[in-house]
Amino acid sequence: MVDLLDRRLLFVSGKGGVGKTTVAAALALLAADHGKRTLVCEIDAKGDLAASYECDRLRYAPREVHPRLWAMSMDTEESLREYLSLNLRIPMVGRIGPLARAFEFVATAAPGVKEILTVGKLAYDVRERRYDLVVVDASATGHIVGQLAAPQAINTLVKVGLVRQQTGWMLDILSDPAVTGLCIVATPEEMPVAETIDLAHRVREETTVDLAAVFVNRVLPELFTRAEEEVFDRLCEPETAGKLGAAAGGDAGPILAAARLAVTMRRTRSGHLERLRQAVDPSVPMLYLPYLFTRAHGQRALRQVAAALAAELGL
Amino acid sequence: MSPRPRPGDARAASIDQLLAAKEIAITCGSGGVGKTTTAAAAAAMAAVRHGGKVLVVTVDPARRLADALGLSGIGNQERQVPPDAFAEAGVKPRGELWAAMLDTKQSWDALVHRHAPDKETEARILDNPLYQNISSRFVQSHDYIAMERLYELHSAADYDLIVVDTPPTRNAIDFLEAPQRMSDFFSSRLLRWLIAPYRSRLVNMASRPFYQVADRILGSQFLEDIAEFFILFQTMYEGFVERARSVSRLLRDRRTTFLVISTLEASPLHEAEFFIDALNERRLHLGAVVLNRVLPDYLLDEQGTRVAEAMERSAGDIAGQLGAGAGETASVERVLAEIAASFLNFQVVAQREAEQRAELAVSPEVIATVPLFDTDIADMSGLLRLGESIWG
Repeated sequence: MVDLLDRRLLFVSGKGGVGKTTVAAALALLAADHGKRTLVCEIDAKGDLAASYECDRLRYAPREVHPRLWAMSMDTEESLREYLSLNLRIPMVGRIGPLARAFEFVATAAPGVKEILTVGKLAYDVRERRYDLVVVDASATGHIVGQLAAPQAINTLVKVGLVRQQTGWMLDILSDPAVTGLCIVATPEEMPVAETIDLAHRVREETTVDLAAVFVNRVLPELFTRAEEEVFDRLCEPETAGKLGAAAGGDAGPILAAARLAVTMRRTRSGHLERLRQAVDPSVPMLYLPYLFTRAHGQRALRQVAAALAAELGL
Repeated sequence: MSPRPRPGDARAASIDQLLAAKEIAITCGSGGVGKTTTAAAAAAMAAVRHGGKVLVVTVDPARRLADALGLSGIGNQERQVPPDAFAEAGVKPRGELWAAMLDTKQSWDALVHRHAPDKETEARILDNPLYQNISSRFVQSHDYIAMERLYELHSAADYDLIVVDTPPTRNAIDFLEAPQRMSDFFSSRLLRWLIAPYRSRLVNMASRPFYQVADRILGSQFLEDIAEFFILFQTMYEGFVERARSVSRLLRDRRTTFLVISTLEASPLHEAEFFIDALNERRLHLGAVVLNRVLPDYLLDEQGTRVAEAMERSAGDIAGQLGAGAGETASVERVLAEIAASFLNFQVVAQREAEQRAELAVSPEVIATVPLFDTDIADMSGLLRLGESIWG
């Protein structure tokens, strides 16, 4: 197994709402801190990546947001423009308006065109060694397979032309486990786990991309050992709870209720986590990130995630 | 940002009243906020309390929820949720709950079947590789087809209320735009270029630059495939565009309302606000905002803070005072310190949520809050428990 940060192109996917952007942002930050020239790219242009780094809205042109760390937002029209200027040597400045509309149209009709421009741009940066590592805050579980399998899709639809000629080297990069990997982020909840298992399966069946790691985000701490849980149950009995309140100077009810909530949630989540462990190939590393009890957003929260990630990766 | 009430709109005071007054409720919000479950819970409550025939159309329900609704393994066809499911929850509904899944491919095929001029064209469209790609993979086609299916179900007038769960989109407003985009797409000048006989393209000055570039990038064979696909599709043009316009009108209809779902986390809330703005701009009816998985209020209790701090500080003393009844003093001490710390931890998150909620600068007719459930919702009684909490 290749060390995660020694790969050169990492896609980070997962069900919506599991903290995919945060994990991608932390992974990129960690790589940059360890001396790698890193590019992190947001695909969905929702602005979450900029919020993580507390920087202005990201654009297609990468911006250095941290030493050795550049961030960008994918824009397929810009990617097409870059591609054309590299490959056709067409001065595009005056033409891009009508061309963009035409492109939008063809891309709407022909699935795979937008995806190939997204994946192609990132694979190109890897091929040209513009960065040591490219981290992609990729699409959610429903759309990522379409992106990763875009070269194959284009191969079946397009028989000749420049696009067709480009798919070969892209496939080489995407198919090499030493270079490219997919990270799936899940939380220990029913749907995120189900979608992770489903995605791991589809990626194996429908793409050539290696599953590099599964991140389990927002893991709740274990409060008690089994023996301590019996103690806790006794504390919850009305008479003891009353005494406890009297000794602590108020109603102990909320504290006991909150602990009960934490214990039950942790138990429900353990079941889902177990299902995930059973389903994921044992050779794929599973990395655990704690639930953050913090009011911080942005950089401070990101630092905490990066620190937890570093510990999991043994850095 | 407050929505402009439209003339004749009575303001609902609860989701109960809102759903009683509407025929269509569309849930929307970013991924992972509980849209599907909320849609199912609202529909179940309406069937129980209001009676009549209520249909919930879901996209991708969790396996156990699908099982609970009797949806496992079925496609597009609506099915009645077995009355047994309600009986097991100890409830006797006044009406019927029906459920359907959204199968994009099946829905597209049905659409082609409806609009194709003859059997042969239909078969050629269904066989076209581009069509197969579009109907099964093309992301935006989910958005359109969800709205299209809603229109079809509403037109059939079999249901008193239809609750629709929207597909996870890259952008929450995509599906609002989908009917318009679809109609623009088929009316486009570019479409005419593409389906013009191939030779005449090269002499058309307007389209020539496009073809020169497109040929080199995609190859002419692919362009021919696209043209063939659109020539076939053009036979359905009028029906299609008219239909897309009707779907757009239905979204604006006063019998339609939108429920925006979010949690109190920064990113989903941000998207919810964005969505609310989009609804207002388009003069669509924002009926309610449902805030899911909200931590319990008791976490914000000031006295609770004092008790937890005392417990954390003097765990040993308090354990001693409780005596042997609770257990061995050392482990009681550890348990007390642990639960006090846990309370204070969750309190931080609850405070963050309260701040987020205070910042939510909208005034929908109804804001409903759903408490965080410590177990998954996997059966009808779970759904109804959630439903009760938003009902009003």
